[in-house]
Amino acid sequence: MTVTAAAELSDLRSFLHGLPGVDKVGVEARAAALATRSIKTSSKAKAIDLAIRMVDLTTLEGADTPGKVRALCAKARRPDPADPTCPPAAAICVYPAMVKVAAAALAGSGVHLASVATAFPSGQAPLEVKLADTREAVADGADEIDMVISRGAFLAGEYTRVFDEIAAVKEACGGAHLKVILETGELGTYDNIRRASWLAMLAGADFIKTSTGKVTVNATLPITLVMLEAVRDFRARHGRIIGVKPAGGIKTTKDAIKYLVLINETVGDDWLSPDRFRFGASSLLNDLLMQRTKLTTGRYAGPDYFTLD
Amino acid sequence: MPKSSSVKALAEPGRLSVRKTYKLYIGGAFPRSESGRTYLVDGDNVALASRKDARDAVLAARAAQPKWAGATAYNRGQVLYRIAEMMEARRAEFTALGVRSSEVAAAVDRWVWYAGWSDKIAQVAGGANPVAGPFFNISAPEPTGVVALVAPASLLGLVSVIAPAIVTGNTVVVLAAGPQVAITLAEVLATSDVPGGVVNLLTGRYAETAPWLASHDDVNAIDLTGVDHPDVAAELERAAAGTLKRVIRPVTGGVDFTADPGLRPMTALLETKTVWHPKGY
Amino acid sequence: MFEYAPAPESRSVVDVAGSYGLFIDGAFDGGKDGNVFKTVNPATEEVLAEVAAAGPEDVDRAVAAARRAFGPWSALPGAERAKYLFRIARIIQERSRELAVLESLDNGKPIKESRDVDLPLVAAHFFYYAGWADKLAYAGFGPDPRPIGVAGQVIPWNFPLLMLAWKIAPALATGNTVVLKPAETTPLSALFFADVCRQAELPPGVVNIVTGAGDTGAYLVQHPDVNKVAFTGSTEVGREIARAVAGTGKRLTLELGGKAANIVFDDAPIDQAVEGIVNGIFFNQGHVCCAGSRLLVQESVADELLASLKRRMATLRVGDPLDKNTDIGAINSAAQLARITELSEIGASEGAERWSPECALPDRGFWFAPTIFTGVTQAHRIAREEIFGPVLSVLTFRTPEEAVAKANNTPYGLSAGIWTEKGSRILAVADKLRAGVVWANTFNKFDPASPFGGYKESGYGREGGRHGLEAYLA
Repeated sequence: MTVTAAAELSDLRSFLHGLPGVDKVGVEARAAALATRSIKTSSKAKAIDLAIRMVDLTTLEGADTPGKVRALCAKARRPDPADPTCPPAAAICVYPAMVKVAAAALAGSGVHLASVATAFPSGQAPLEVKLADTREAVADGADEIDMVISRGAFLAGEYTRVFDEIAAVKEACGGAHLKVILETGELGTYDNIRRASWLAMLAGADFIKTSTGKVTVNATLPITLVMLEAVRDFRARHGRIIGVKPAGGIKTTKDAIKYLVLINETVGDDWLSPDRFRFGASSLLNDLLMQRTKLTTGRYAGPDYFTLD
Repeated sequence: MPKSSSVKALAEPGRLSVRKTYKLYIGGAFPRSESGRTYLVDGDNVALASRKDARDAVLAARAAQPKWAGATAYNRGQVLYRIAEMMEARRAEFTALGVRSSEVAAAVDRWVWYAGWSDKIAQVAGGANPVAGPFFNISAPEPTGVVALVAPASLLGLVSVIAPAIVTGNTVVVLAAGPQVAITLAEVLATSDVPGGVVNLLTGRYAETAPWLASHDDVNAIDLTGVDHPDVAAELERAAAGTLKRVIRPVTGGVDFTADPGLRPMTALLETKTVWHPKGY
Repeated sequence: MFEYAPAPESRSVVDVAGSYGLFIDGAFDGGKDGNVFKTVNPATEEVLAEVAAAGPEDVDRAVAAARRAFGPWSALPGAERAKYLFRIARIIQERSRELAVLESLDNGKPIKESRDVDLPLVAAHFFYYAGWADKLAYAGFGPDPRPIGVAGQVIPWNFPLLMLAWKIAPALATGNTVVLKPAETTPLSALFFADVCRQAELPPGVVNIVTGAGDTGAYLVQHPDVNKVAFTGSTEVGREIARAVAGTGKRLTLELGGKAANIVFDDAPIDQAVEGIVNGIFFNQGHVCCAGSRLLVQESVADELLASLKRRMATLRVGDPLDKNTDIGAINSAAQLARITELSEIGASEGAERWSPECALPDRGFWFAPTIFTGVTQAHRIAREEIFGPVLSVLTFRTPEEAVAKANNTPYGLSAGIWTEKGSRILAVADKLRAGVVWANTFNKFDPASPFGGYKESGYGREGGRHGLEAYLA
């Protein structure tokens, strides 16, 4: 840990509360302005392929079965069976109970395997349970862990508790990458989103992620913009690049491209890679594939021509 | 030679009266003209203001302006009402100078009228603007700053140009036409809690001093109500254009000061400031 | 690197004719003397059209037409005048794509601004004042407010159609008739507006458009049968107009230059402040009278803020105004480019440090890279004179009092910005700034309901809102 990081931790509360404020209207206006960028032809084609490579193809349902997970893994490996030039998705994201199945299905593909852990989605479980959850997922083959923070503790101002939990989970991850879900829809303000981002990064997150997908407000452009600004500033201060993952509610190619524009004009090239940016999504992938086909064939595509998973 | 007006006012058989010296009123004090000049009006030697007196008066008005504008509207209203109280008590002095008693009464009442406006004009002239977006947006009037007034000759006219200017927080340099009446009014002001420099009053010939005020870089507005010649008014308006001063033009045929003044005497010397702020958690 | 492919808006949505006449008494004609001038696309220097230059006799005819129309127009019930204005507003909305492209062609501003800012505000302005036409007795200017007569209006080139709307909408709502002269370099949208008036079946003579250069404008404002003059433009010309109008009894409102301070305190929401600074000075190529052209930043955060600002400026996209992704378009004219260039060179020669991001500028047309000067003091000419281009002067301050003093230390007083998270500081600073519009934690926001106009040498009178009616009521 660097000296500045240590100093920041020594008074976490003053540090987090000393971060510059976020003006809601301003950040939303900026995001809306960037959303008007017109991405056409060759740049659209590149953006679509990049977006496909950034998808964490996700299934987090009580009804998930090994069959469903295997089908999703096949989809991640070859999203468009008809077109071998179509890149694979970044990762599969499943519940811990499905990790073994997914690990077998993805073996040798290069597609990462992410597991939610730590009493997803509420985070309301004892620390020991969360750590066990994490260790088991990693042992079963997950190389990425998507944990949730305890929003209750964060909102109660127990920043040290949240910090310690993240740090403990990070340790439990071993070599697996840690994505920290802030559940921004429950944090109430952009100021809190910025603070929670910094808290997670200081505690050892490799990625910060917006949402579980299980609450009313999931990823939005302005929320992601605030988080991108946080990783940008964190890098300037500590030299470490933290990834960002918006999740939930991103369904169309148009949406995905807006996020890529946001990255391009906020943090730049270094984040335009699946190592630094992911989309937590499921139906998005098929829309990307349909748009991709439209660009290749010049015809509008129909859903019957893409695999349903 | 006509008798001194102060003698007329206080004449008593068998007693040699003490005459009043009519000086200027600048920064709350009553100095003589720096030029040392006087001129004879109705038997009195009256200070004949020079351009340097005008300059000094602008300095005094500018110095007093931020604090006067920064006073609460309630406070300014009280000060104006205090002027009315003091003037009421000295009505005889004005009638002794030949002002009709009804006009003195109307002038007192005008102070009272404007006193009441101090904390209402902002509500009438400003307010919230319903803009199409997540913004708080409000317009409020603010005083223009330092105002030069070429005042009409009558007492009611004089009060009717000074009161609407100062009630909102402007400070004024008045070029007065009827010097004895004007200086008597200055004495009222000097005893009425009006901070020094808020009203500065120069006697003399406006044709000599007004052009200096019209072209002065530190004067924000000029009221030409008392200018009685259209060519002079036009010339002063042209000079005022140099720094884009706000100009109140003389009214052809004169102003009926007994009528309801309406809002324009105040709003003509107000600036509208509109403030925006986003609304969001 | 994520490069954006060209995304040009289609030029074919607007049909620009080869030549245009004057719009007088409901009809277009060529002008008495047959004099013409050319209007060019500043992004390419291509001639867009030849336009008639109105001479004195043309202005006479236009004023006479406006005078004839005044009687019947002012006698119409307000509710009927309102309906004409509502019609105009609707037609503008319907034709907004066409008008946006036209505006970008003639002015050089990015299509995203003409599309997302200018045109929506133009339509909104007509909607707003339409609603006033039959409610004037409630506006606070007396129980029976009357129109003044014929208004002579002269507008600038920076927001051609929006400035037209600011002038014409309140004038018509209050029952006046108008003769309007658009700027010499941007006459086209006003002439298209004339066509909108025809489509709306506005009675002939209510709106007359005379195109031409400064002498046409001078003749218009000095015309003896004009009762009201409204001008937006430079303080220099405003002064001349005020002199010309002196003694005539004509009513006058002026919206002139500015040198706004944008004050950033150490507790500002820094990312939004950077956006506000960028929007404040680079919006519309800095061709904005209320541009935040002086950045006053608290010394304790100056380095951090400047680093963020430079990083942000590097993402600005300068180029083809019709490309939907362009942030900064072309400088409106060769003359304006020369002025910006000259003042910038003076800034450098006076010792300020000049910086621009790397950006390739097109070979043809008039272009100026977004530029900031640091190490500027109040004594530098670039801190005092209006540049009217994408050039920002950066000054520092230590205390709020110093910030206010520096902000007010100018003959101008049009606008100002404040960035701080502390509410009481916003209110105190806003109170002390001598400026007609104060944007706190935002900048360059406009709305038809919000009065706009300056203190001091930035002019007098207000445009927009209830206040905007006063200039057109006796």
